[in-house]
Amino acid sequence: MMFRIASVTLAAVMLVMPLSISAQSKDPLSFNRLMADPETRNAPPLKDGIHDPDNPATDRLQSPREAFSALPDANAGNYVDWVEALQDGLINPRYDLQDPDMSPTVMDLDIVREVKGSMPDVVFPHKEHTEWLDCANCHPAIFIPQRGANPLSMAAILMGEQCGACHGRVAFPVTQCRSCHSRSKTPADEAATQKEAQ
Amino acid sequence: MSVPKWVNPKALHAGLLASVMCAALVMLPGSKAWAEYGDVVINNYSEDSDMRPVVFPHWFHRIRFRCKVCHGDLGFEFQAGGNDINMLKIIDGEYCGACHNGNIAWGVENCELCHSGKPGLETHVHGSTLKSLVTPGNQGQ
Repeated sequence: MMFRIASVTLAAVMLVMPLSISAQSKDPLSFNRLMADPETRNAPPLKDGIHDPDNPATDRLQSPREAFSALPDANAGNYVDWVEALQDGLINPRYDLQDPDMSPTVMDLDIVREVKGSMPDVVFPHKEHTEWLDCANCHPAIFIPQRGANPLSMAAILMGEQCGACHGRVAFPVTQCRSCHSRSKTPADEAATQKEAQ
Repeated sequence: MSVPKWVNPKALHAGLLASVMCAALVMLPGSKAWAEYGDVVINNYSEDSDMRPVVFPHWFHRIRFRCKVCHGDLGFEFQAGGNDINMLKIIDGEYCGACHNGNIAWGVENCELCHSGKPGLETHVHGSTLKSLVTPGNQGQ
């Protein structure tokens, strides 16, 4: 008798499961499978899909989830706000190969790039960049250190040039539009742009 | 397979089919790679030398070093696979070998800690915009 009840229950569950799944997919609030499920973010090397689980040392590698647990969240990339983590002193990465006490020469200079389209203007903060990098990392190979000498294009950036040398590879990805396009145009700016267009 | 007479064979059939479909649905997302943004796979010479490709975790290193240390002091170009690194250079103290020498970080005898990638992976930056644009079939890898 017990076996019979269990079997009927099992058969009923098997029949109902596909129904409940199809009901879920019709729900307008259901999760989009094309987007990364938050549960899968920062997966341990054994489950991340590029480390070989058959490699004997893979399980000795640290899980990013564990390392990131104390770091501030972000919406993309590693889902870590690296700039905030550094500025708040949560991490203190070394700045020089030889000298453990060397600190970077931080340059606090914002460069505003007026953009032609309807997006807000770009504010490039030297401060956050010089906290991580040396001037020579960008100048003069990627950006000529001269006003007006570097016409930027999103197409080039998407193809990994200019800002795309890091953004879209390791620094926050280019899907974070408003992180760069962050200064709203004033009505005077817009009037000037329209006048230029005429 | 012996089935009690009271079980409707059609229902059993439908149930089995349904469970197989459920399993397939559950397994689908498992085929994606969820590796960390910025992980660099380097397979310039590895597999030709019967070693697994190298996986370099950017995230792990940027917790410990700012970009300038490797991309300035050590001369790493901003280009996956663009540095022509080989084991001779590493043993000689260049590139990874500046730290991976057994003093600062573990030494070169721990082959499998770096050479840990799945066989067949090509040189690329995981999650890079460039890769998703140029090879749409490999999105997310």
